[in-house]
Amino acid sequence: MSVVTVQLGQCGNQIGYEVFDAICRDLHSTQGFCSKKENEVYQASCKEHFFNEDKSEVPVARALLIDMEPKVISQTLLKAAHSGRWKYGQHSHFCQKQGSGNNWAYGYNVHGPKHEESIMNLIQREVEEYDSLSGFSIIMSMAGGTGSGLGAFLTQNLRDAYPNSFIMNQVIWPYGTGEVIVQNYNSVLTLSHLYRSSDALLVHENDVVHKICAKLMNIKQISFRDVNQVIAHQLGSVFQPTYSSEDSFQYRRNPLGGFKDPALYTSWLQPSDAFCEWRTHRAFNKYEKSAALVSNSQFLLKPLDTIVGKAWNMFASKAYVHQYTKFGIEEEDFLDSFTVLEQVVASYCNL
Amino acid sequence: MAQSVVVQVGQCGNQIGCCFWDLALREHAAVNKKGIYDDALKNFFRNVDTRGSDISKGRICSLKARAVLIDMEEGVVNEILQGPLKDVFDSKQLITNVSGSGNNWAVGYKLFGSQYRDQIVEKLRQTAEHCDCLQCFFLIHSMGGGTGSGLGTFILNVLEDEFPEVYRFVTSVFPSGEDDVITSPYNSVLAMKELNEHADCVLPIENESLFEIVSKINQMLNSGKPGITVKQQSLVTLNEGGIKKKLDEKPFDKMNNIVANLLLNLTSSSRFEGSLNMDLNEISMNLVPFPQLHYLVSSLTPLYTLADVNIPPRRLDQMFSDAFSKDYQLIQADPKHSLYLACALLVRGNVQISDIRRNIERLRSSLHFVSWNQEGWKTSLCSIPPVGHSHSLLALANNTCIKPTFMELKTRFMRLYKKKAHLHHYLQVDRMEDSCFTEAVSSLSSLIEKYNELDITKGLPKHEQVRLNIVI
Repeated sequence: MSVVTVQLGQCGNQIGYEVFDAICRDLHSTQGFCSKKENEVYQASCKEHFFNEDKSEVPVARALLIDMEPKVISQTLLKAAHSGRWKYGQHSHFCQKQGSGNNWAYGYNVHGPKHEESIMNLIQREVEEYDSLSGFSIIMSMAGGTGSGLGAFLTQNLRDAYPNSFIMNQVIWPYGTGEVIVQNYNSVLTLSHLYRSSDALLVHENDVVHKICAKLMNIKQISFRDVNQVIAHQLGSVFQPTYSSEDSFQYRRNPLGGFKDPALYTSWLQPSDAFCEWRTHRAFNKYEKSAALVSNSQFLLKPLDTIVGKAWNMFASKAYVHQYTKFGIEEEDFLDSFTVLEQVVASYCNL
Repeated sequence: MAQSVVVQVGQCGNQIGCCFWDLALREHAAVNKKGIYDDALKNFFRNVDTRGSDISKGRICSLKARAVLIDMEEGVVNEILQGPLKDVFDSKQLITNVSGSGNNWAVGYKLFGSQYRDQIVEKLRQTAEHCDCLQCFFLIHSMGGGTGSGLGTFILNVLEDEFPEVYRFVTSVFPSGEDDVITSPYNSVLAMKELNEHADCVLPIENESLFEIVSKINQMLNSGKPGITVKQQSLVTLNEGGIKKKLDEKPFDKMNNIVANLLLNLTSSSRFEGSLNMDLNEISMNLVPFPQLHYLVSSLTPLYTLADVNIPPRRLDQMFSDAFSKDYQLIQADPKHSLYLACALLVRGNVQISDIRRNIERLRSSLHFVSWNQEGWKTSLCSIPPVGHSHSLLALANNTCIKPTFMELKTRFMRLYKKKAHLHHYLQVDRMEDSCFTEAVSSLSSLIEKYNELDITKGLPKHEQVRLNIVI
């Protein structure tokens, strides 16, 4: 059961690196808080899940690195190789010379079609290595140009090429202020397109992670590296192998009584069906006990509503729209995207 | 990695350009210890062997600037070719004449423009062919004279015609009120029309501001306070002799270095690595909400670093405050009391995202942003600081505070034009007509009007736009 991780753009590649690095470091750590046998079983399963074996015996991450300019990919490949513990495949990356300029339209309408064949071939070659493909995990930001625009284009293509595979997008929600000025436009366009092709969007908000770094981890001068490492830890926890060749996974319903309250769930879902739990015996990332909660709730309603509101406000004055129409995204496309997202907001509100 | 080409036109353009190349080499030398021709160098420099052919990888053999030097007088370009930078340029990159443009935009644009068009296109093509991915042209010129202003803006047109996909960033030195060239308002307004229509982004610079920065530094150096020594390398005005030795240094050299530093900082994030990169095309994307409003006010800090270890390094937050102070701007304007359309912070060195966020939160309340862009901040983080500093900040603001500069220009223009003073010098040039003047001033007026419309919205109560109503 293997998942192909696709790292897109600066954000996707920086985070992807931290995910594999965290998993690899954890693999080799001795603080498993479990028996030796369990540790070995876990290690084998983890390796199989996330890495390929190659002749050199250095694990090769099951990942593809894609960016429209070379600086970040070079850095990422180098850092992985220097760690000595793992590396990326020699031919697992695709990059170009000039970035997308924070322009969703450029990522979607220019880079997308231009490099469609090369990128899909790259993915095809990787997929052929696996006995069974369970799906894709695409790490991308919403605010920029490559992760967002090319990410939306690629997700559509993957859906068409692999209709039976599970496609999950790890979407990084930008800080409320101070990353990219047109981030709200890029976000609205990305989300509305992803809705049509993706199976699940796992959202990571920079503002929330930043607070975790500040309040829970007490880091004084928070860098993007700190933020990315927290996100990597969350992703690593979510994707922990719970199934290995020897143990069947343990699956229990509602072990913690607290989640039984039906008021938490919508009327069309029985509490017993809504909550699923998977367990692994071995601890992850030096935490003796940890739990990762993935939920589909109204929690995201407010951030989504805020982004749509700000984007709409800007769109009403037509600011920056010429930058998008230059590359084929017209006002009607904006309106379509707004409509899709307003429907999503309304659906969540109605729960 | 994409490449950029510098097109330096006229006396001012070439002097600034020369400072830029000197500083760029110094910056790369400080970072590139192994002497390998890397991607960062590739942006502005070619690596050539003894026969003049390009070497794409490996050790540095001989670096050549991706530049085209154009002047209708020989003086400045000749000096460059005899100075320490002579090996960085070759004769194929130059176009010179002897007669000069006589401080006349019409001579620069109409006469020399048509005369040299083919040569110009050829040199530009040659330079572009040496690039595997040309992203941006940097045009450096002054507005008040004849060559930089006239021929410079003619070349801007050529760049758009011949290379429509490549970004055009223009660094324009605007004349001050007491400019010794009487016809500088004519030249500037005629040039403005071209900038309005053909530039992607303009960074206006005023000599007055540069002069004040130089004075501030001199005051600092001569203050005689015991124990204060400045790290010489870190001076934003320093030049290691691109044109002349220190003894012959003119006041303009220091001022030109400030502008050169601006260009270096602008391109740092696309040359060097960082945790939040910003490419040149992102500058235009984020800072230009409407095509004509592409004039950016720049401020650069710090101006120098103190060498004395007993004096604690300036707090990081001070750097952010300084960037929003008029003392650090390269143009005379007051952004704090006008309306921001967008703002970009290009940070270099040992600064993290939490530092930037903290400072944005702190400064926001004292600044006015347009209603549809309340959080209009674009940031970038480049890991490599400038030489001699541990961190630096370049702030670019698209702000209506530039309107008075343009209104001033229009006033000075009208003062001359109403009396038809010196017009005959222009009209006697072939294909130069009175309509050129009326169209130019009309273009300027419409630009000023656009800023007016935005200014009116300042201080009005914000109202949320009515959202789409969805039926489920």
